[in-house]
Amino acid sequence: MSRSVISKRPSWPRWARRGLMENIATALIAIGFLMLFQPFALSLYTYSFITMLAGTVMFIIVSKFPE
Amino acid sequence: MLNRTAENVARATPEPLARKVRGISDKGLAWLFISPTILLLLAINIFPLFWAIYLSFTNFRANRPNEVVKNLGFANYQRILGDQDIWIAMQTTAHFVFWTILLQTLIGFTLAWLIDRKFRGHAFWTTLILVPMMLSPAVVGNFWRFLYEPQIGLFSYVISFVSGIPPTSIQMLSNVSLAPWSIIIVDTWMWTPYVMLICLAGLRSIPEYIYEAAEVDRASNWRQFWSITLPMALPFIMLAVLFRGIENFKMFDMVNLLTGGGPGSTTEVASITLKRQAFESWRTGYSSAFAIILFVAVFGLANIYVKALNKVKQR
Repeated sequence: MSRSVISKRPSWPRWARRGLMENIATALIAIGFLMLFQPFALSLYTYSFITMLAGTVMFIIVSKFPE
Repeated sequence: MLNRTAENVARATPEPLARKVRGISDKGLAWLFISPTILLLLAINIFPLFWAIYLSFTNFRANRPNEVVKNLGFANYQRILGDQDIWIAMQTTAHFVFWTILLQTLIGFTLAWLIDRKFRGHAFWTTLILVPMMLSPAVVGNFWRFLYEPQIGLFSYVISFVSGIPPTSIQMLSNVSLAPWSIIIVDTWMWTPYVMLICLAGLRSIPEYIYEAAEVDRASNWRQFWSITLPMALPFIMLAVLFRGIENFKMFDMVNLLTGGGPGSTTEVASITLKRQAFESWRTGYSSAFAIILFVAVFGLANIYVKALNKVKQR
């Protein structure tokens, strides 16, 4: 008698894995940081803080996600 | 011997106290030991942070403590993020951060690479190179001010000797175009050893057998450098760059001692602007909002730093 092995699907969605999400958060922080220091457009400087904040908060949250 | 001492201590402990201690679990005991540190951290780090966040939404002025404090919402943040002067201060900071990091990384890595050759007396040279890093920034700032003196300064004398320009016309700290570079030179002089130390750790972690295999494959020294040395030392270089980036972003002491933000506002970095707003204009709420913006930037960088550090650990 052969027993079929059914692999259990992981409940955590693949797109929400820590590695990918951390990379997105890091990119957001880096973009925000560049926006804060660039000398080209005042509007970019204005939105730099919110971008950095979003990246930082996202990083704190997603660093708790499973690998 | 040690057991006997422990027994004596146990016997000397008063019975009521001993009974109390016996009743505490391991976890409880651990909490008992770390609670003073936690309380101290809460008092000097966490509480001021939350207090600054609260103040950043108000019009509070520290020189008028009895005035009614009004809630301004995000007005302080909006004002800062639309302020042309603060934007320029940020660009000045970026200028410092970029050049100091570039110079420190290039010189630091080159020094580390040379010291890793393990020539005769390399330990002595390593110690000598590390000296500037061990000095206090206040001391460094003061003696570089003397070195930059146009009349009596050694720096001006050396530049004059090499270039033929009269030393009195080399005004490093009061010339608009030279003042930013005078700070970059001092910061590079002081912190290159730190970058060198991190890079040296990276170079020493590369296993010798990889080079031996490359030798067998007849790889040239240049090829070995680009294909082995640089990629394997890169996480450490990144770490040094991030760490110096975070530190230089907050640079205050050196600028304050050397130029104080001048001449005009050519060397007015973000931290100097923050100090002026907080303790000269007494706009505490406004400067708190500015401090929070800088905090988020540094905190974001610190997150990237931790991520890079974990990558280095996984190697």
